[in-house]
Amino acid sequence: MKERKNRRRRNRTRLYILLSLAGLLILLSILAPLLTPNDPNATSALHMNEAPSRDFPFGTDRYGRCICSRVLMGARTSIFSAVTLVAVTFVFGTVLGMLAGWFGGAADTAVMRLADVFLAFPQMVLAIAVAGILGGGMFNAMLAMGVTGWTLYARLARAQVLALKKEAYVSAARLTGQGALPILLKTLLPNMLGPLAVNASTQIGTMMIGIAGLSFLGIGVTEPQAEWGSMISGARAYIQLAPWAVLAPAAATILTVMIFNCLGDCLRDVLDVEGAR
Amino acid sequence: MGKYIAKRLLHLAGILIAVSFLTFLLMYLAPGDAAVKKLNAQGIAVSQEVLDRTRADMGLDRPFLVQYGDWAWKVLRGDLGASFKDGTSVAGKLGKAMGYTALLALGSLALALLVSLPLALLTALKKDTATDYILRFFSFVANSLPNFLISVLLMYFLCVRTRLLPVVADKSLKGLLLPAAALSIPMIGRFLRQFRAEILEQLGKSYVAGACTRGVKGRYILFRNVLHNASISILTIVGLSVGTLFGGSVVIETIFRWPGLGKLAMDAITNRDYPVIQGFVLFSAAVYVLVNLVTDIAYHWIDPRVRQE
Repeated sequence: MKERKNRRRRNRTRLYILLSLAGLLILLSILAPLLTPNDPNATSALHMNEAPSRDFPFGTDRYGRCICSRVLMGARTSIFSAVTLVAVTFVFGTVLGMLAGWFGGAADTAVMRLADVFLAFPQMVLAIAVAGILGGGMFNAMLAMGVTGWTLYARLARAQVLALKKEAYVSAARLTGQGALPILLKTLLPNMLGPLAVNASTQIGTMMIGIAGLSFLGIGVTEPQAEWGSMISGARAYIQLAPWAVLAPAAATILTVMIFNCLGDCLRDVLDVEGAR
Repeated sequence: MGKYIAKRLLHLAGILIAVSFLTFLLMYLAPGDAAVKKLNAQGIAVSQEVLDRTRADMGLDRPFLVQYGDWAWKVLRGDLGASFKDGTSVAGKLGKAMGYTALLALGSLALALLVSLPLALLTALKKDTATDYILRFFSFVANSLPNFLISVLLMYFLCVRTRLLPVVADKSLKGLLLPAAALSIPMIGRFLRQFRAEILEQLGKSYVAGACTRGVKGRYILFRNVLHNASISILTIVGLSVGTLFGGSVVIETIFRWPGLGKLAMDAITNRDYPVIQGFVLFSAAVYVLVNLVTDIAYHWIDPRVRQE
């Protein structure tokens, strides 16, 4: 019992540390334009592929752009797009899943069959096809990842509603004559948020990797907008001359994904939720 | 069992029809005129007369559903259309590339299983020791690495810095090693973690304690009971990873210039060669659902409790 309590306390501390780290990253990405040592898009023929120095903390790339500034601005793109994408798919999928679970019947069949069809595509394959056909750009890349992303939340929300529907307090709420919407929002949603939140937090890292992958392939975020995946892709050919141009965005990607993945795991431990995946 | 398989096959047919419809819709909604795309891909000057003729040839002047029906009927007979770029059959192109992707995917899957299964057993048995913590940390890091990043880093450290391996992959075992490793490292991270959880769950069951008190040898319990029972979940996990393999192969094959399906698809995207993209999406979805069906059936076959239902 005591050991369990200790573990719980340890998990909570871990959660607070990770939450502040994630918050710091988000803050960093918001404040990025103020923190960049140089203009992230300024090219310079005098400073091509330069090693890290006082003026350019992480060196310069093949066009003489400051890598430190680009990594910082890239944080903005990567973190903003991943967090927004997860938020949008989360809301969309949860609403659909809750409605399907609550009303059942044709609505349920329609939503779940649709989810089945989207789940039949390997996620990245569909994303590559959608992004490839629509052409580059951050919005299209997010759309490509989101096409299948919502199904996770829809299925989970539906299962939760189906399980909770039979609970006595839900029947009680129904007996008081409340409509479907207040019951769904005030009675059911707070009770099912845990598993959904855990899944959403683990998805941030996945989405970040996905969008970076699309950008790496040249069908996601496109130049000159700074993005880690496209930075790595562009600097790859010059890796012998300027390894820092690859290593800096690579380290940023790994660190960010790890922090968000860690956060997801920790949230799962704290809320004691069995992962859906 | 027969009834179950029949039911699943019926469901599969429905899913495949919907998948084909969605794939067709995606290309139909794609920005730009398909006839212009085709002419551009072939490098033919677009005049109104040529355009009208091409449109009529391609059947683009017909209603959407008629176009879909015609296309789906051809797909059913194995005809995925002709590439915009060189007019050769898409099915033939996919068939040629398929072998390479299968080699890469199976190689990396084998590598992932070979590494993760023994390590998962080790971490589960040594739970809460230093070995466990170190392996779990590595699995966590591997799981957070995008595969394009692994490829670039592996290339940098093994090919550029130390010149241990060739940069451009050939079909030899040495050439396969790097792409397969890049594809399998995130998979190893995921497998290790999921397998460990599964083995730990089995180890906590009362039949293990029962067998122990009856004096059954630990190794026997582990390999005959625990691993056998865990194999059902392990199979499901492996089956689901096929989707990741398809997506990952696009990135890996592009980086290592491996002439498989992923490279074909990426080249098709660059050239706006819609029929090839369509074929690739349809093919990978079909394989993905088929593999999952087979795992589900295998699941029923392995587990006698489910078999009797």
